[in-house]
Amino acid sequence: MSEPSLVQSVDNVALLPAYLAAGTAVLVLLVDLLLARPAATVAMAGTGAVATALGAAAVGSGPERRTFCVGVDCSYVFGGRAALVAALVPLLVLGVLALSGPLLRAGRTPVGEFCFLLACSMTGGVVLGAAGDLITLIVALEVLTLPLYVLVGLRRGSLASAEAAVTFFVVSVVATTLTLLGAALLYAATGGLHLERLGSILTERPDLLDLPLTTVAVTLVVAGLAFKVAAVPFHAWAPATYDGAPLPVAAYLSTASKLGGVVALLAVLQHALPHQVTGPVLALVAVLTMTVGNLVALRQRRTVRLLAWSSVAQAGYILAPLGALALAADADARTGLYAAALAYAVFFVLLELAAFAGVVALRPAGADGGSLDDLRGAARRHPWIGAGLAFALVGLAGLPPGLAGLFAKVTVVRSLLGGDAGWLALVVAVNAVIGLAYYLRVAALLYAPSGEVAAPAIRPARAVAAALAVATVVAVVVGFAPQVVLDLAGR
Amino acid sequence: MSFGDFLLVAVLALPALGALLVAATPGDRLARMVGTVAAALTLVAAVALVAGRDAGWSGYLADDVAGAVLPWHSVDLPWVPGLDLRFHLGVDGISWPLVVLTALLTLLCCGYSLWRVPGGGSGRALVALLLVVEVGILGTFLALDLVLFFLFFEVVLLPMYAIIVGWGGDGTDPAAVDARRRAGRKFALYTLFGSVLLLVGVYVVVAAAGTADVVALTGGTDLSRNTQLAAFTLLALAFAVKSPLWPLHSWLPDAHTQAPTVGSVLLAGVLLKMGTYGLIRVAVGVAPEGARWAAPVLGVLAVAAILVGSLVCLAQTELKRLIAYSSVGHMGFVLLGVATLTATGIQAALIGNVAHGIITGLLFFLAGAIKDRAHSGALSELSGLRETAPRLSGLLAFAAVASLGLPGLAGFWGEAFAVVAAVEAGGALWTTLAVLAAVGGALTAAYLLRLLRQVTHGPPSPPVATFNPGLAGAELAAWTPLVLLALAVGLAPTLVLGVAEAPVEALLGVLR
Repeated sequence: MSEPSLVQSVDNVALLPAYLAAGTAVLVLLVDLLLARPAATVAMAGTGAVATALGAAAVGSGPERRTFCVGVDCSYVFGGRAALVAALVPLLVLGVLALSGPLLRAGRTPVGEFCFLLACSMTGGVVLGAAGDLITLIVALEVLTLPLYVLVGLRRGSLASAEAAVTFFVVSVVATTLTLLGAALLYAATGGLHLERLGSILTERPDLLDLPLTTVAVTLVVAGLAFKVAAVPFHAWAPATYDGAPLPVAAYLSTASKLGGVVALLAVLQHALPHQVTGPVLALVAVLTMTVGNLVALRQRRTVRLLAWSSVAQAGYILAPLGALALAADADARTGLYAAALAYAVFFVLLELAAFAGVVALRPAGADGGSLDDLRGAARRHPWIGAGLAFALVGLAGLPPGLAGLFAKVTVVRSLLGGDAGWLALVVAVNAVIGLAYYLRVAALLYAPSGEVAAPAIRPARAVAAALAVATVVAVVVGFAPQVVLDLAGR
Repeated sequence: MSFGDFLLVAVLALPALGALLVAATPGDRLARMVGTVAAALTLVAAVALVAGRDAGWSGYLADDVAGAVLPWHSVDLPWVPGLDLRFHLGVDGISWPLVVLTALLTLLCCGYSLWRVPGGGSGRALVALLLVVEVGILGTFLALDLVLFFLFFEVVLLPMYAIIVGWGGDGTDPAAVDARRRAGRKFALYTLFGSVLLLVGVYVVVAAAGTADVVALTGGTDLSRNTQLAAFTLLALAFAVKSPLWPLHSWLPDAHTQAPTVGSVLLAGVLLKMGTYGLIRVAVGVAPEGARWAAPVLGVLAVAAILVGSLVCLAQTELKRLIAYSSVGHMGFVLLGVATLTATGIQAALIGNVAHGIITGLLFFLAGAIKDRAHSGALSELSGLRETAPRLSGLLAFAAVASLGLPGLAGFWGEAFAVVAAVEAGGALWTTLAVLAAVGGALTAAYLLRLLRQVTHGPPSPPVATFNPGLAGAELAAWTPLVLLALAVGLAPTLVLGVAEAPVEALLGVLR
């Protein structure tokens, strides 16, 4: 074997989406500085997001590209899943930008900073899917999360917002520390940081698994990432943070940020960590997450808190296929489980974005989520927006006409039964029933007679309505052609 | 694609397009008319399905055919290969009577809605929802792919919930609103519980067999005994919620009582049949070993349902609630027929299904008419109907007598032959069950005659005294087909049994 060259050849095509995302952030900053016109700044951020998504799709349509390699181990692997994530995150950012219209126009939020931070976060999300070693992964995840500390606290003069920011900051930093410590211990035990190398070392030397150090390291990595997806018992930050944050930021937290956590978790589980250790832990976490999330959501009176708890429960469904990892017969079955988790996550972020868009549209400009009673009769005043929100909620519950949500649940149940984890499928099934109880309550509330209380006249912002319409149309389309999502998630 | 296959797609596409068209039509009355026309075209297409059959009325013989399900027409297109889901539809003698019944009852409900829209919402939305419910029910009866079956099974849930909550109940005072919301929620959650079990059951089968094709799966040859037991348990539980089988029936009385008349008619007339049809086609067909294993339990529960349903009916004080509970007893007979796993039993179940749909549909129409006129359904406040409204009273008597199973009317065949099948099945258990079911049949007669005595006889009570003796044209139009069908099926059961005989033989052929 020849001496490895000290000068790495860098595949710039593979890095194109990352360049585009980072470039967007820089350009947003410059536009804000030079033009100082909010509309131009937002337009720049939107254009950059579209360009990033297109770039990711273009690069992803080709074969897998690897770069920053040492021997066979690469730190940046841009394959099918990376392309999916790198295309999806900018689109979600675009959606969140549309949702921010009323917030930014209300004037109390600095537009330049908002768009810049969002673009920075997008850069993290774009790189995340391609991360090939633990350090790249953690850095990408932090780049995704770090701007959010500020974004969550952007509602000036709101104590809840400041509290939310601090809660989120403290919890998130602790989670990162745990993951980093886990990564360090894994390095100490195996001498590797690249995900695939870790995986092969742990398979070749099963004696390493008997070391308490390895078990602790694996647990720490998984627990740290579980914080990011707000899985029980690491979920307590989510409801307070969502409720305190501005609505578009809450939407970002529960879609792009959650997707990031899921992708990071999938990366370490699929390539690095031994499934016989992680499988049972994740099964327990998934059961707890969906059950606790659904049961607590039943009792919520505030809209965003209800969505937050429901999003905790949905994280449980995403994790459920991973809980069957230890039981799955062979590598093929495991690949199916990873694909099912990712497919569910894709269906979920779509419907969740639509649900948040509906709530933003039905609330006054720049307001928080309010209580559920504020939505009473909203669908009678705004039939189209109300129908969109009801459709998203029904989809999240997993029922027709929300076929996208139905197929998401079907995908999970199918993968679980294919993976010989029938009991977990039954838990998912029973949880779907509990979930319907609160989704139905909100949907019914939208159509309830508004009573004698005169509701304030709200004119939904056009951008928000457009985001809702696009999300709904996409949800309807993938509802009839779910194979598209399944194929993308399985690549 | 032959004409028959085209009809098969049309049966689903017509109501679906109709629902969209109704939602898009501006005027309320015009929209309801558009909906009624769509429902009528659906009925025409459904009836026409029988025309293009390959075989004569006596059908083919089970011995010289390969499959246990031989659809007259079928459409099989790929949809979502990643989930083993194909768009596979087919119709045969087991499903066709139910398809026609569904199309007929929906048409009658839409027509009835032209004349009267219950308070609470727009008539246009109601008709659109009725058509969506029709799509779900027809799809369930036509699906020959397990996953597709599940999909259509779920389609019905939310529109029906919306019908109950939006147009149901009586009055707008908070207590009434609360009552119907509770009934709707109970219906939705119970039914979803059933259908998620169905989902798990379906994929237990699909994961083990590698296909979701009902035609290939019927007979259960590829499945191990344990898989069959697990699958049958899950599927039977799912269908038991829908049918409903005692003790999983408690959603039914509330939902039927609170639903508007057209909702109750569809609920009792055809929605419940999705459960019994699923039990025959899917649960018994796919997991026969499991069915044999669970048959005694199913039989005992069915007879318990008959007895409990009849006893509860004897103590009911509300008209719609009584009819709702009577469904528990009648569906008990159907399930008893299925549980025997004999040709007689399954034939009895099929004709019992159809008869119950016709008769209970009629009963709910009549109960709705009485409640609309008297503004009360309490039996204590209703008496002397024959004095002031002799025609209504006569129809009620006819429906009640048909429901209690008088020979010559539709209700007789299903109940009598369920008992006969249980006797034929032999053994101490089945003989006892047959005797108890017969006692239940006598109790059925008792509560229906009690109902008639209270409502039709005696001096007119104050609400009844104000009744107009005549009937509206729309009412007559909605009820006459049901009256005629109750007579026709009663006098010539071969209308149903003739088409069902061959497929039932074929199904039992692979069970043995």
